Amino acid sequence: MLYREAGEFKTSYAQDSQTFPIWWDRLWYQVALVVGFAILPFVINDYWANAVVVPFLIYAIAAIGLNILTGFCGQVSLGTGGFMAVGAYAVYKLMTAFPEVSVVIHVILAGGITAAVGVLFGLPSLRIKGFYLAVATLAAQFFLVWLFNKVPWFYNYSASGQITAPERTVLGIAVTGANTPAWAKYLICAVFLFVLAWIARNLTRGTIGRKWMAIRDMDIAAEIIGVNPLTTKLSAFAVSSFFIGIAGALFFAVYLGAAEVGEAFGIQKSFLILFMIIIGGLGSIFGSFAGAAFLVLLPVFLKNVLVGALGWPSDLAAHIELMIVGGLIIAFLIVEPHGLAQLWRVLKEKLRLWPFPH
Amino acid sequence: MNAMDVARMDGPEADAPRIGGVLMEMKNITLRFGGVKAITDISFDIREGEIRAIIGPNGAGKSSMLNVISGFYVPQEGEVWFRGRRRPQMKPYEVAQQGIARTFQNIALFEGMSVLDNIMTGRLTLMKTGLWQQALWWGRAQAEEVEHRAKVEKIIDFLEIQHIRKTPVGRLPYGLKKRVELARALATEPKLLLLDEPMAGMNVEEKEDMSRFILDTNDEFGTTICLIEHDMGVVMDLSDRVVVMDYGKKIGDGTPDEVRSNQAVIDAYLGVQHD
Repeated sequence: MLYREAGEFKTSYAQDSQTFPIWWDRLWYQVALVVGFAILPFVINDYWANAVVVPFLIYAIAAIGLNILTGFCGQVSLGTGGFMAVGAYAVYKLMTAFPEVSVVIHVILAGGITAAVGVLFGLPSLRIKGFYLAVATLAAQFFLVWLFNKVPWFYNYSASGQITAPERTVLGIAVTGANTPAWAKYLICAVFLFVLAWIARNLTRGTIGRKWMAIRDMDIAAEIIGVNPLTTKLSAFAVSSFFIGIAGALFFAVYLGAAEVGEAFGIQKSFLILFMIIIGGLGSIFGSFAGAAFLVLLPVFLKNVLVGALGWPSDLAAHIELMIVGGLIIAFLIVEPHGLAQLWRVLKEKLRLWPFPH
Repeated sequence: MNAMDVARMDGPEADAPRIGGVLMEMKNITLRFGGVKAITDISFDIREGEIRAIIGPNGAGKSSMLNVISGFYVPQEGEVWFRGRRRPQMKPYEVAQQGIARTFQNIALFEGMSVLDNIMTGRLTLMKTGLWQQALWWGRAQAEEVEHRAKVEKIIDFLEIQHIRKTPVGRLPYGLKKRVELARALATEPKLLLLDEPMAGMNVEEKEDMSRFILDTNDEFGTTICLIEHDMGVVMDLSDRVVVMDYGKKIGDGTPDEVRSNQAVIDAYLGVQHD
């Protein structure tokens, strides 16, 4: 039948606490997995991979990372672009210093390095909250971009100041560099996103996730039931930065191929990812996906409609597109301040009872 | 009428085995905020298994006293002894890990989480799986989750909140929120439970329910309870011993009957003519 709870009986607590407790949800999840891993890799072309799918996958990783910190643990951060830059430069240094090691390990290590940097910049969160913390992370953003611009060691003394990803392979297939096929780009990002989203879900439903949410909702009460605010906040910074670092590494190595720090990882990136989680829904893994999809797909969609279907000049379309996206964001936040995830939740609640109102 | 009420009606002799040795002792506590003395030289003890009440008019320093016990305030003078040992200066979360749980006068629940998750947070100090196992939901992580869920379900049953276990706390009415907060405190398996005005703002029926839960908690789990309450009827019925505070000083200490007939207490509550 349709989306129903009726007839689903849980006989153990493990069953009751699974990710998709309703059969209908599980079905869609499995369909999405089959489409994502068994169909898309064979049909994807360069345009779709580069314009739509790969950026979506990478931004989804970054959005999950920021959502862990801001949505689950309540610590506002404007340093996302800077932390992505740490991931990108870390993976670049690792790729050029140890060419014989697999790039997958490099990407994971880059995440680890970003986690360490994130903890360092997370230290002020023990003293300051809210907007003031946002300003402190903003300092991290500008400092990191400045650092990668000023110290030539980070870009291996290249004349242009850019970093360029050398070709690396996984199982004999290029995943970075100019010769990468579209499906390989897609698949490596999809695998990373799948594993990371699964880890994020596990963390947020368990002990550590409850600690984060307790700190977010009321830090005094969290402390009184035995949550150590220091380790809890720093663990959120570490895990969040790990995700964002991996996103930055993939963004540079797989998606861009070559990057200049101010352009690729500037303050706009921090805001873009913050908007993704606000529009998608704070404190929701699904919301991270939805927000990333919204902000990546909408401009592409509008461009196709305005230029492709209506035949407008592309410069006019580009400006109109900005206005429409901005307007939609405002409209969305007025209608549903808790984001797409909340809309989805409300819809599901209604669906359970449909066609009856109560 | 349950066994508890019977025991209580038999008088203090019948209660004797219920109450053990001294669990917590406050020795000459003085707490100042700048020039203001919130608590002046107060000593009292809490015995294992008893229900101890702290009463007093507004501004008497009752909540400050509770905050001293739970580690939010550090007294300038005096010693806190817990389970036979002097307690060094501690952060509130360390106090919690020692087995002292509390509820707040203004409910301090995690509004964004479900009732079940709120109560599960009470188990946090008892859950030991590390970050890596949790990330992979591997080995102990899932088993532990289920194990603690079972314990939490017992508390949910005990406090009769089964029907709201998946409801976000923000949607609940006041009386139920108070009950969920009690559930969260109980989930920590406390040795000492501090209740800051558990019945404030409740109607008579809610008060009766809450009184029953407090008595049952004490009876079934043997939890030592220290509570602050304004409703004199409730305090006199529930508690084994009462401390009375006024202007930061202790003016009375003893069984409800002793306190009721104490002249200083009567003066504090009813006012006294100064001439």
